[in-house]
Amino acid sequence: MSGPPGKFNIGWLRGYTVVYLIFIYLPILLLPIFSFNDGIYVAFPMSGFTFQWWAEMVSQPGMHKALWNSIAVAVPVSLISTILGMMGAKALTSYPLYGARALTGMFTLPLVTPFLILGIALLITFKNYGINLSLFTVGVGHVLICVPFSLFVLLSRLESFDRSLEEAALDLGETPWIVFWRVTFPINMPGIVASLLLTFTISFDEFLLAFFLTGDASTLPIFIWSQLRFPVKLPSVLALGSAILVVTVFIVVVAELLRRKGSTRSTGKVI
Amino acid sequence: MSLWTRFPLLKGYALVSPAVLLMVLALISPLLLLVGISFTVETGSNDEWAFSLANYEFFFEKSHYVNSLGRSILISTMVACATVLLAYPAAYFIAFHVQQNKMLWLIMITLPFWTSYLLRVFSWKLVLGYNGVVNSGLMWLELIKQPLDYILYNTNAVVLTLAHAWAAFAILPIYVSLQKIDKSLIEAAYDLGENRFRTFMRVTLPLSMPGVVAALLLVFIPTVGDYVTPKLVGGPKGLMIGNLIQAAFGRLDNWPLGAAISVISMVTVTLVVCLYLYGIDRARRLMV
Repeated sequence: MSGPPGKFNIGWLRGYTVVYLIFIYLPILLLPIFSFNDGIYVAFPMSGFTFQWWAEMVSQPGMHKALWNSIAVAVPVSLISTILGMMGAKALTSYPLYGARALTGMFTLPLVTPFLILGIALLITFKNYGINLSLFTVGVGHVLICVPFSLFVLLSRLESFDRSLEEAALDLGETPWIVFWRVTFPINMPGIVASLLLTFTISFDEFLLAFFLTGDASTLPIFIWSQLRFPVKLPSVLALGSAILVVTVFIVVVAELLRRKGSTRSTGKVI
Repeated sequence: MSLWTRFPLLKGYALVSPAVLLMVLALISPLLLLVGISFTVETGSNDEWAFSLANYEFFFEKSHYVNSLGRSILISTMVACATVLLAYPAAYFIAFHVQQNKMLWLIMITLPFWTSYLLRVFSWKLVLGYNGVVNSGLMWLELIKQPLDYILYNTNAVVLTLAHAWAAFAILPIYVSLQKIDKSLIEAAYDLGENRFRTFMRVTLPLSMPGVVAALLLVFIPTVGDYVTPKLVGGPKGLMIGNLIQAAFGRLDNWPLGAAISVISMVTVTLVVCLYLYGIDRARRLMV
């Protein structure tokens, strides 16, 4: 018998899933493919292989500044979000808090509210309190959407974490502070690193909020957006986009492998 | 005896408080401010404001604005349905037929979701453009003589692009709900003589409905507010309410109006979601 009953034809389903994967990947793969194409248009037939656009992309002065700005936002954002996420996840898993469900609901709000709404609401708030738009205001927006991600990544991690290890350390006379650093933190390290990497990626690639919250200093996605108006710049944008894709994919694969490592109680949990 | 030991829960609240404070300061109070500002108009030149319903009146007087909201709801509904329909078989395959390396499949399918939203949307413009990949490819293969001009800058392009960009949001919840189904229920339906189709319709599909509903909402709600996709691939006919909100905060520089459009959109989306939930609930009762 080929597989349990109650299933549709496996061959057909597998075929569909493969086609679906191609549908998901193909548009994105065009960026790297055409970044090496010796022509200004993204069109067939391709006219030859060149490194010209990558060289042009690297030498763009505005790009370096934008890259640095993006890193300057994403690093603190990932650190702050992960710290807040870890504290929140610890509170929700270790203490029977009243209103825990309401709190969890509140933390999902930033993820289910359109980013446009979050962006303008924050924009109005900053204006109202006389805070000038800058990389800081972009960072605030990014922390808002990264904390829920971090929290839910770490929640699922901490839920499968054996708390008796902490209790044992406490019974042996360690202070809670030491217990955290010597037991909780090392054991949950993969989840924490995954959270750092994922929140870094989210902030690094985020456009919808940054568009409203950035002042004169632009982040990399804002820089790309400004370049899209010029058809001549398209090939170097493709090269830049490809570079970003490669970095993102690398970071996310590492993060996902870390996140799923150790928490192998395969409960079917995927977020 | 210290405060901590007397009230053990206090420590939990202390731990969660920074995140709560963030949500209050950067989410709740900005949203309230947004609602507040939507009820104001500028009265003088020197930043004086007064309470007014003018922005709301303005919105409902312009059929252009109302139509745009209606079209956005329609487009997002189409996107949510298309995304879920496209994702369901793939989630089904991974949940039921992949025995080894499930995680690998899941990572593969969700990986593009982590990459830049802007780049993912933009790549569709390259695919569907007048001189884009599809047109130039078909002409190169001599399947068409003229570029097809109806594939970009319309509603279909927006739906296709969004169904691609939000795929992961549909796959994950559906996969989780399928994964949770007790397989013996499906086998029982078989043993009782049901065929594949009826087993799916009466056992698997109803049991996976929580995931389907979650997926529909997770795609529907955020896409109503999208402004990048319509701008890049929608053309004049594919513009959505997000573009009007963005214009109010940008070109028009009329923030109270933009705030009012946002509030109207959020209220409408909430009502539509309630309507959909009610409809789905009714349908489910009929199905089982």
